[in-house]
Amino acid sequence: MTTSGAPTGSAGEANRPQRTRIVLAEVARQRGNGDRTRRELAEQTRVGDALVRGLVRAQLALAIRLSVVVAIGLGGLPLLFAIAPPVGTAKVFGVNLPWLLLGVAAYPFLVGVGWIFVRFAERNEQDFSALVRQPDR
Amino acid sequence: MNTLSNPYVLPAIIAVTLVTVAIGFYGLRLARTTSDLLVASRVVSPTWNAAAIGGEYLSAASFLGVAGLILKNGVDMLWYPVGFAAGYLALLLFVAAPLRRSGAFTLPDFCEVRLHSRRLRKLATLFVIFIGWLYLVPQMQGAGLTLSTLLGAPYEVGAVLVGTVVTANVALGGMRAITFVQAFQYWLKLTALAVPAVFLVLQWQVDGRPPITPPDGPVFRETTTVVIDHPATLTLGDGTTLDVRPGDELTFAAGDPVPEVSTVASARGMDWLLPGSFGDDEHGLFASYSLILATFLGTMGLPHVLVRFYTNPDGAAARRTTLGVLALVGLFYLLPTLYGVLGRVYTPELLMTGASDAVVVLLPGAALGDGLTGRLLAALLAAGAFAAFLSTASGLLTSVAGVISTDVLGRGSVRDFRRATLIAGAAPMLLALYISGLDVSQVVGLAFAVAASSFCPLLVLGVWWRGLTDVGAAAGILAGGGAAATAVLVTVFGPPLHGWPAVLVAHPAAWTVPLAFAVMILTSLATRERVPTTVGAIMLRLHAPDSLRF
Repeated sequence: MTTSGAPTGSAGEANRPQRTRIVLAEVARQRGNGDRTRRELAEQTRVGDALVRGLVRAQLALAIRLSVVVAIGLGGLPLLFAIAPPVGTAKVFGVNLPWLLLGVAAYPFLVGVGWIFVRFAERNEQDFSALVRQPDR
Repeated sequence: MNTLSNPYVLPAIIAVTLVTVAIGFYGLRLARTTSDLLVASRVVSPTWNAAAIGGEYLSAASFLGVAGLILKNGVDMLWYPVGFAAGYLALLLFVAAPLRRSGAFTLPDFCEVRLHSRRLRKLATLFVIFIGWLYLVPQMQGAGLTLSTLLGAPYEVGAVLVGTVVTANVALGGMRAITFVQAFQYWLKLTALAVPAVFLVLQWQVDGRPPITPPDGPVFRETTTVVIDHPATLTLGDGTTLDVRPGDELTFAAGDPVPEVSTVASARGMDWLLPGSFGDDEHGLFASYSLILATFLGTMGLPHVLVRFYTNPDGAAARRTTLGVLALVGLFYLLPTLYGVLGRVYTPELLMTGASDAVVVLLPGAALGDGLTGRLLAALLAAGAFAAFLSTASGLLTSVAGVISTDVLGRGSVRDFRRATLIAGAAPMLLALYISGLDVSQVVGLAFAVAASSFCPLLVLGVWWRGLTDVGAAAGILAGGGAAATAVLVTVFGPPLHGWPAVLVAHPAAWTVPLAFAVMILTSLATRERVPTTVGAIMLRLHAPDSLRF
């Protein structure tokens, strides 16, 4: 089994247009290979491995933190309604609070959390890219 | 029912069907190679893609079922739409970008890319087909039900019609066509719910804002005659009971309270308005959390959702597309609540019949009268409902046919794909004809539970945990997914249950999802020597930023 990241330098070998069979699971394996600046990552030296683990940990921590926010903010509601019935009968703008929370407010809340995730996930990736490209300059 | 005579419903449904097929053929002319047919050559823009995913996702359960559930059972049912939307947040947080970068086109593909196991791939294929069919049957049933409610057509006609149109369209156009069709369907569905909603709210204002929860329970707004189909016991407004037999006719005057029917479960008065009435009182909290777990985590494991991610150019685009879908789906789900609430005022007779799924299409006629506006709006809603069946069924069929063509029939050629589509479409169509007694929303909820207990652990652990092994993944899918699938089969075919067994079987996610995660993790730890040697390279590919192109 070949690994996708191995720098074999054979990218230009089969460039002649000819009939090819597309096996979708294999498409990803045919990705282009990198230049030397990324060799450390591709060959999974200890430094490269540590870099990737750091990125994975950062992204996972971000995802878990935000899902805890949702788990408490939304997932806590049934429990709240069960242990504190007055919350269920409270009215805001003439509408019972649970209807307003679940029928309307839940959606902007979810989109907001999603927006924050996209922002910070992209920032994590930029930090990683900067780290990888740095030795080159 | 006054819509039986509505002359605009049939043309509206035919127009939606024709436009769907026409866009399919437009796409066919562009689809030349296997790659074109299946993944739109990856040139679908994020905007189109987000609308297409939204259009594909909003099924009969969303368009008709949610409003019906809210009409019948009240505030606790709001967890269905919230969960259906929140599923995309879980997908965004945990799998969207890495999954796209993995290059996997289907869930079985992901098994092979991540764990290099052909046997795991076969197991995943089995579950994709099971979930796909479980989700397809209620779509076709919904179509049959809508046509018989609105036009008096036999149930079979609607089911076969939708099945045939979708099968032919998918077989001929494939996904390229489907992307355009689905995006069109999203906007059609949103318009079809939003425009009548404006008229309905205005009418409610004009009527002097009749109370949604009168102190004595819902009342009839106009003189209503109810014909009894099944024997039942009615509890009238003054507390007296009345046994009725088929053929009896009862007439209620305007202002009379709607009687309670012994054979139809619905929430009354304060139970409807306040949280905590979900299912049985003592098991309500468990059922709520089970539903939340199933819908939040099940979305990522639905076969037709995953396929879409391959049409994004890279991981970052997949993330932004998912955020777009979350916003579009959330926007849509603001509307069914309104229909359920206004149905309480204008169509309380549905509480007696139990056919509350019809509230969306019957509401314009009931609120606005039999005039031109009411009829046109009813036709628009019928068109939207039909769009919901067509789009969700198309998406499901594409993905089920995709796995059948690559993993069961052959090598995934265009001809294999078309043959697979016929098989994948015929089976649920036959099932829908023979099983007509299933409850649409409940079956959809069960499909989410199976997906959440099988593919969700596989995806989340596969993306984030290096220690996952093929044996662990298979054991987890078999334990969690198998238990959930068994619960589904018992719910559908088994004897009626009572007490805790009934709740555990009807709402399995709260125990099958943790079971799947636990078995998958423990078995993987026990078979540590089977961790693929390529796991480092795979993690790099899944998580490294797209600009580095690993």
